[in-house]
Amino acid sequence: MRISQIVGTAGVPVAALGAAFGAAAIVVLVSGGSPMESFAAMFSSAFGSGTAVGETLVKSIPLMLTGLAVALGLRAGLFNIGAEGQLLVGALAAAWVGFALDLPAVIHIPLCLAAGVAGGALWAFLPGLLKAKRGVHEVITTIMLNHVAFYLTHFLVTTRLKDVHTMAPQTPEMHATARLGWLIEAGGLHWGILVAALCVVAFAFLMARSVIGFELKAVGFSPDAARTAGINVSGMIVLAMVLSGALAGAAGAVEVMGVHHKFYDQFSPGYGFDSIAVALLGNNTAVGTALAAVLFGALRNGALGMQLATDTPKEIVTLIQAIVIVFAGMRFLKNRVPGTRGSRDPGLRADTQGRADAANP
Amino acid sequence: MADIFDTELIRSTFRLATPLILAALGGVLSERSGVVNIALEGMMLAGAFFGMLGSYLTGSPWVGVALGMAAGGVFGFIHAALTHRMRLNHIVSGVALNILALGLTTYLLRHIFREAGSSPPVTGLPDWDVGILAKLPLVGQSLSGQNPLFYLSIALILGLNVLLFTTPAGLRIRAAGEHPEAAETVGIRVGLVRYLAVTGSGVLGGLAGVYLSLGQLNMFTEGMSAGRGFIALAAVIFGKWTPFGAAGAALFFAFFDALQMRLQGQTIGGLTIPSEFMLMLPYLLTIIALAGVVGRASAPAALGRQEE
Repeated sequence: MRISQIVGTAGVPVAALGAAFGAAAIVVLVSGGSPMESFAAMFSSAFGSGTAVGETLVKSIPLMLTGLAVALGLRAGLFNIGAEGQLLVGALAAAWVGFALDLPAVIHIPLCLAAGVAGGALWAFLPGLLKAKRGVHEVITTIMLNHVAFYLTHFLVTTRLKDVHTMAPQTPEMHATARLGWLIEAGGLHWGILVAALCVVAFAFLMARSVIGFELKAVGFSPDAARTAGINVSGMIVLAMVLSGALAGAAGAVEVMGVHHKFYDQFSPGYGFDSIAVALLGNNTAVGTALAAVLFGALRNGALGMQLATDTPKEIVTLIQAIVIVFAGMRFLKNRVPGTRGSRDPGLRADTQGRADAANP
Repeated sequence: MADIFDTELIRSTFRLATPLILAALGGVLSERSGVVNIALEGMMLAGAFFGMLGSYLTGSPWVGVALGMAAGGVFGFIHAALTHRMRLNHIVSGVALNILALGLTTYLLRHIFREAGSSPPVTGLPDWDVGILAKLPLVGQSLSGQNPLFYLSIALILGLNVLLFTTPAGLRIRAAGEHPEAAETVGIRVGLVRYLAVTGSGVLGGLAGVYLSLGQLNMFTEGMSAGRGFIALAAVIFGKWTPFGAAGAALFFAFFDALQMRLQGQTIGGLTIPSEFMLMLPYLLTIIALAGVVGRASAPAALGRQEE
């Protein structure tokens, strides 16, 4: 790529981050804190030592996977806000297979992953189907299912799937054969990073080189045009949601297999919600999402250290997230080419459309 | 089993419906002008927090009401600005505002009160005894003794209906939502209309949130809107974008929420229904309701379009 292209591509994320941190700095200032101190504390807490880097990467794994999930949906024009619920279902499914069955690791690990993927995919299937067949907005259905997933997993983990040896709402420990071991001991970086990396590659390949990826993107650009071109739009919508859910479910599976080794109530600090910012910041690309995931992993990891050191509440990260979404989401401006509808520069087309644009404040 | 269908159930239904109705009316207003308002949830949350804060700082819940409405209005204004001026995708803007509201309210909660999870208790809104209404058959007992915001919501249903369907202003709003280009050519300033409608929608969303913190719990808890903003949006769709329809749908959802609360722990035919399934009910119902809505032909034609 030419330099200008790289700058152009990186321009929006950098601007988005700049604006987000700037706004966060203002909030911290107004609250009586020191932005420099807070951000420095955050940075050192996230990257300050080998262990810290390991922890940051560990936190970025589920973000990478759920980020890819949201990105895939967005490529097809779908807003999958249900990554959190899909993650929970996938995690519980994987944990269950992990403790209920006793198999050699070579079978157990893929089986647990498969269970997670299946759980997440299943959870996203209904919103996909409703959108495809009934035009029901997936934002509402996925959010509703998030709440359902929360209660359902809570119910199961306090009754049927609960560990009888403890009072805590959690499943029994997964067998050692179902766990993802450590790649690097510092920070607890587990093999889930490999799973995430593979998914990044698979995503890139799917989008760039496969027919399915092409059709998904076509549906995302213009469902009508895609339909005219003979693409099964309904099928693609369902497929996009199912694949998206599968990735989110994998995120849940990897988390319980690599970090917690069981499912316990409310183990997720909201990875599914962070993922929206991650996907948008990464411009829905494989590499972008991966980088954004590491960044947000750093933010989350560093935020707690920052809160302990400087009294700035860690929720500032959520604020940063929201602003990132706004700026990164500006990409969704239709037609940024001058002279076409949607841009404010009428260009050379001084016709009625240009006048209407000029009339619009 | 039959004894759960009593006045108390109806009373709870009205109580639970109030925030949904208010938010849904806001949704109708915004969407009729052509702007999808996914951010009702965030507006509610902001209204709940700032309503609590207003009451906390001054001891008067009415100040809280004003502050909550203002907070919702600010969110509405931001949504209008982002979607109209910056031409941001309506959904993205809404999602961002929801996350912003959650982060901001949680941040301020911890920062101001140094406490995680919930604020200290504050003075809430009083219940009003409306003697005349109590005399109505069947629902009379439940209609009296409700929160003032409930009565306001009823007034607003009528008011919004009148506004949208009989006044020139309402016509302008609907024109902006159906065919903004045509509206512009006859001199309607679509931008101004949308700013007003969406800000107004924020005010109503904020009001709905105020009800949550000052009308029910008398405190603010983290994330207390709990998805109600989305249920309200579903009520708008289910109610075909009319004030009466949306309010009716809101009552429908609220009824099942009230029912769920009554049924918790009850045995039906020897089986105790776990409370979690009851808690899931409003959310599942919303999905079912949306799935059953036949076609989207009743949406404003230019809803969510980004060209403008």
